[in-house]
Amino acid sequence: MPAQKDRWVSALVFLLFCASSMPRSGSVGLQQEPSPQHYFSGLEAGKASLAFFTPSVSPGAQPFLEQVESSAEALQDYGISVVKVNCPKEDISRYCGRENALRKAFLFRGNRLIREFPTDALFDVNSIVANVLFALLFNEVKYVETLADLENIENVLKGKSNLVFAYVPATGTAEHRAVMEAAFVYGTIHQFVLTTEAALLKATSRDDPDVSSAWLLFCHCQQATDPAQPCRRTALGEPLTLLNIHRHLKLMGAPLVTEVAEDPEKVSTVHLQLGLPLVFILSQKETYEADRRTAEFVAWQLLGKAGVALLSRDFVDLNVLHRSNVALKTPDEGMPIQYLVLEDTDEVVTLVEDKNKVKQIQEDEQQEEEEDEDEKENSNQDIQDDQVVEAVSRDKKRELPLEQVLVLTEENFHSSLSEAARTVVLFYASWEAVSLAVLRSYSEVAAHLKGTPGVLLSRVNCWDWPGLCSQENVTQFPTIRIYKEGQHSVMYEGMWGTEELSSFILLSQVPCPLKLATMDEAEGYLRGEFPSELSSHHHTSLLGVFSTATSEAREAFEEAGNILSGHVKMGMYFEDDAMALSQKYSVSPPALLLARSGGRSVEGIALSKHSVQDMVQVIRYELLDIFPEISVPNLPQYLQLGKPFLILFSAGDISQTESKEMLKLAKGGAQQAFVACWLNL
Amino acid sequence: LGLALYAGSLSAVSGATFLYHDYCVIGAGPAGLQAAYFLQQAGRDYVVFERSHAPGSFFALYPRHRKLISINKQYTGKSNSEFNLRHDWNSLLSHDRRLLFRHYSRDFFPNADTMVHYLEDFASLLKLRVQYNVAIIHVTLEKNEQAWNGHYFLLTDQDRKNYKCSSLLVAAGMWVPNVVNFPGSEYVEGYETVSINPEDFAGQTVLILGRGNSAFETAENILGVTNFIHMVSRSRVRLSWATHYVGDLRAINNGLLDTYQLKSLDGLLEGDLEDLAIVKDKRGKLHITLRFYLENRNISAGIDSVTLPQDELDNFATRAPYDRVIRCLGWKFDFSIYNRSLRMMPGKGNIKKYPQIKPSYESRGTRGLFILGTASHSVDFRKSAGGFIHGFRYTTRAVHRLLENRHHGVPWPATVYPITQLTNSIIKRVNEASGLYQMFSVLADIILLRENATAFEYLEEYPIGVLAELEMQTGRKARNGLFVIIMEYGRNFSGADKDVFYYNRAVGEAQHAWQSNFLHPVIYYYKHLPTEREMKLRPPDWPLPRPDAIHHIVEDFLTDWTAPNAHILPLRRFLENCLSTDLRNFFAESCFLFAFTHQKLPPFCQQGYMRMRGLVGSQELRHHAVQAGLLQDYTPTDFSGDRPPDSHDGSQEQLMRDPVIPVRPLQHLVNAKDE
Repeated sequence: MPAQKDRWVSALVFLLFCASSMPRSGSVGLQQEPSPQHYFSGLEAGKASLAFFTPSVSPGAQPFLEQVESSAEALQDYGISVVKVNCPKEDISRYCGRENALRKAFLFRGNRLIREFPTDALFDVNSIVANVLFALLFNEVKYVETLADLENIENVLKGKSNLVFAYVPATGTAEHRAVMEAAFVYGTIHQFVLTTEAALLKATSRDDPDVSSAWLLFCHCQQATDPAQPCRRTALGEPLTLLNIHRHLKLMGAPLVTEVAEDPEKVSTVHLQLGLPLVFILSQKETYEADRRTAEFVAWQLLGKAGVALLSRDFVDLNVLHRSNVALKTPDEGMPIQYLVLEDTDEVVTLVEDKNKVKQIQEDEQQEEEEDEDEKENSNQDIQDDQVVEAVSRDKKRELPLEQVLVLTEENFHSSLSEAARTVVLFYASWEAVSLAVLRSYSEVAAHLKGTPGVLLSRVNCWDWPGLCSQENVTQFPTIRIYKEGQHSVMYEGMWGTEELSSFILLSQVPCPLKLATMDEAEGYLRGEFPSELSSHHHTSLLGVFSTATSEAREAFEEAGNILSGHVKMGMYFEDDAMALSQKYSVSPPALLLARSGGRSVEGIALSKHSVQDMVQVIRYELLDIFPEISVPNLPQYLQLGKPFLILFSAGDISQTESKEMLKLAKGGAQQAFVACWLNL
Repeated sequence: LGLALYAGSLSAVSGATFLYHDYCVIGAGPAGLQAAYFLQQAGRDYVVFERSHAPGSFFALYPRHRKLISINKQYTGKSNSEFNLRHDWNSLLSHDRRLLFRHYSRDFFPNADTMVHYLEDFASLLKLRVQYNVAIIHVTLEKNEQAWNGHYFLLTDQDRKNYKCSSLLVAAGMWVPNVVNFPGSEYVEGYETVSINPEDFAGQTVLILGRGNSAFETAENILGVTNFIHMVSRSRVRLSWATHYVGDLRAINNGLLDTYQLKSLDGLLEGDLEDLAIVKDKRGKLHITLRFYLENRNISAGIDSVTLPQDELDNFATRAPYDRVIRCLGWKFDFSIYNRSLRMMPGKGNIKKYPQIKPSYESRGTRGLFILGTASHSVDFRKSAGGFIHGFRYTTRAVHRLLENRHHGVPWPATVYPITQLTNSIIKRVNEASGLYQMFSVLADIILLRENATAFEYLEEYPIGVLAELEMQTGRKARNGLFVIIMEYGRNFSGADKDVFYYNRAVGEAQHAWQSNFLHPVIYYYKHLPTEREMKLRPPDWPLPRPDAIHHIVEDFLTDWTAPNAHILPLRRFLENCLSTDLRNFFAESCFLFAFTHQKLPPFCQQGYMRMRGLVGSQELRHHAVQAGLLQDYTPTDFSGDRPPDSHDGSQEQLMRDPVIPVRPLQHLVNAKDE
């Protein structure tokens, strides 16, 4: 039974992901271990590895495995190996034996277990990397929940080292991963503090923060001397990505003010390298102290936005106005240094911020342009998204085998129709995709029916002969009509498929219902041997049995036959011994006898309603299976019943037991309430 | 009802006896016969009056040089009869395939006698009820509240016989020669009577007044034998291939342009004919002068006392005397037979030769009086083909349909289609419809959407000038929005002074379709039927007011708009955007999948697959679709099912929303028209 259950689960999961595509092949960095013993013996001390234990096949964990596979490469960068350990069936050790151990991943350092993760915490690459690093960097990254915790850490650090405080809305996100990856690199230099508490975010940021976006502060605690004062803070103004965090930390690490004594054209600092401007405060010996204070003040203001350098004019011969006190060097190559006369520090700050703003706008514009271009590409009118049109146009070079199909024109239409007992005419438009798709199936039908006497397949291109098509009342393409002796015509209203169409044409050959003259014929008919035209055709045979007296029911049956012509194999028997025939199947006329295509038994169904409509409905209903396999062709028939579906999903054929159980269920009282069926995945 | 009215009218009128018909048609020319055909087909009570003994009497005389300039194309490479009418400018519309002009003449520009013969056959083969030798000389109204239009039309013929009709269709053509009166105009010969024998012009110097096809046709005939020909008219020459108007000077007649520009003595001049004066000298030579000089002198004095322009300006262009002056100024409508009560007024400006009519072809002055044929050209003068057989055969049909709805409760013919056929029905029509093509920007196909856009009605060739009155005029409802399909030339492409051969004049890419210059289909989408006011306030030269959305199908060198990517796909996208629905086709397999995964299916699945009419598609096609990434592959082996949950935005979603397959830019000959 467990096996049974397992299959059920897997089948359901299959349904959930029934849109899945081919699995990605190859597994970079994912190690496979044949057994737990092998794995544990191979662990190196101090080296971290993420392991998960799996029985030979566990489809339920498949999506997880795939994510693990893709994260293996990322984790390898941090020296963490990812290992999949195959549990032999008989193994009942600690990691393999427990049922729910299979739904977990285990992080080892050496052979010491550090953390177990439920697999649902490891839902994608970001979460795997973030959580694994979080567990490993337990000391380097402190998790805090209250402002007091944060302040405590700050106080401890004052005068010693700086602090990086990050808020992420949730763990396992891309931002979380970025912070953890940064902590992996800078964890020994700065103290990292992480929180997911929105209250903390509100306490640390100035304006009303958006709790759904992550946020990072650099706290300058190393230089903080006054224990009463909180450390100065510089926020990261950009989205939390590894690159941005790296850049921010780099900038924070740069000296606040650089003193230079050479040609500003030649000066290069971290800021310029990172694409930020550099502000020179021009100084003279006489005013050096004041200038230095100004420079520091400005530098704090511009921290993270620009670098500040103090340039002594005494050492450098500058060919600029003597009044100039500030110079601005932008990272853009070839841009000359601007020398300015500014009156207060605010002007310096505004100058840089405006510059950045302009740049931002330009970048935005550029991005927008790129987006526009992207959009243009996306909305490219040339992209065909109609599967039928695309398929047909990809197939257009192939010449269709249409030799068997007569081309009809305005001139030969009527004369050709009278030549064969039955002429099938496909009305189509040569430019229309659905028509062309049907024409392809039609050519297959022609090959199928080759040599069938009395049936002529033909086609009319309504693009060439619009008059003929409108005269034949064809307003939609494609349309198939079967003309009997060139006059009376039946329109085909079934699936546009080779099989369906062939079967329709075959069935249309014999009258519907077919009047059976003798008991032998009737029996032969039920066995599928009579009429000979249809002997090769495996269809449910339906026989109406009427006593000579019940003309009302018989007429309704004949009318129903007209309606169902081509779709149902129908016969009728109303000879004197009809009673005998029907009693053989323990019903009394008027009755239907049903010989299903399996040919095992004949069912007898009494006909109680005698209107044509009811008759058609009863016949259609009776032809449906009790516990069908739902497939592309038959789904609409069952949907038309308007009942809820009870579906057994199964990968592969269903077993005898399942089918027996379901049949029992379906045949029970519930039969009226829902459609029991199964679906092969 | 007709019978009751008939009886009523008989009792109302005493004295004179009236022969009553529901419809009277004046004139058995092409338009009159065309109208008669539709009335006959509809089983209406009608009669056609023709003053001559045979139909098409105008064609018995004109054009004087007997060459019709309406083309009669034998071959188009297509068997589509509707399409072929685009290139058959002479046939009238009928169900009888014998009555196609190509069976009557093999000439590309047929002889006018053939037209007379054709019209005779048309009337007789179709057994149209034409009364010959009946010239209607007077038309008046008789008020009667029971009449269809509040009055009857009373017609009197040359024998004082009277006729009474409920509706009057005037297809009398334009046959009164346009005459300009100026001093000396008595020396001018008219086009109607001038000799057509070139020998009569040998060694003569000829001045032709007018610059239309008749003037050039006259010049063409005598070009080789005259000393030289001068042509004078008020406006510059308008070449039909530049204006895209078939009534302007056609290339077949433009031999004189050749000789003028290649300095072979012939010449063209512009000037107002009203200012002209002609004086004859003693030798019978005709001198051109100005009316202004004549007014200053005593008329009785001889030629010698007349001031000629060259006396003052010795290089005056027309200083050489002429042997003949020929007037070729066209024709105007005969207003004389209509009683004042009918208020038949001439149009204003350049359409003053035509009677004033509404865009529905009904007279502005009298309800129930419709102008058909060439006299109805004021609706699209110098634009479309309404003044010519290949145009008015469709407008006549439109008038007939309006009348059927108005008087007989027969709504405008329409076919109802499921919405899945929307793209197809438009593509079919723009590719074959001849009425849309000939009467571009005048007749339009209208798609009236049904509720929830699940189905639509398709109306063909409705006059867009009366779009606002659509519900009243057609008996169809337009509550849920509509599409209007017309054909247009590019906005600034046509004109007498336009260069129509400039480089890059042809647009090849679908995204630039709105810049198309050559005739191409345009689809207007309105959420609500435009109102009368909106129609009035539309920008000048726009056939329709501002739509809620518009789509141009890019012009095509072959006028074949069936390319899946360049024509059909953008059109489908446009329709989808207007209706917020998915108009793609799907294989049954996709529909099957949607049935399990979506609450609302695309219409193609809803109306096809779910009704057991799904498109199964052959193996190869499904394979192609899978390769294109548009269809899931369900061959069992490929289904291993290890797809992660968070990449669940898998293909079936994509299939529904935004399937993307790589573009394979087909650099076909997009600008073929340049070369």
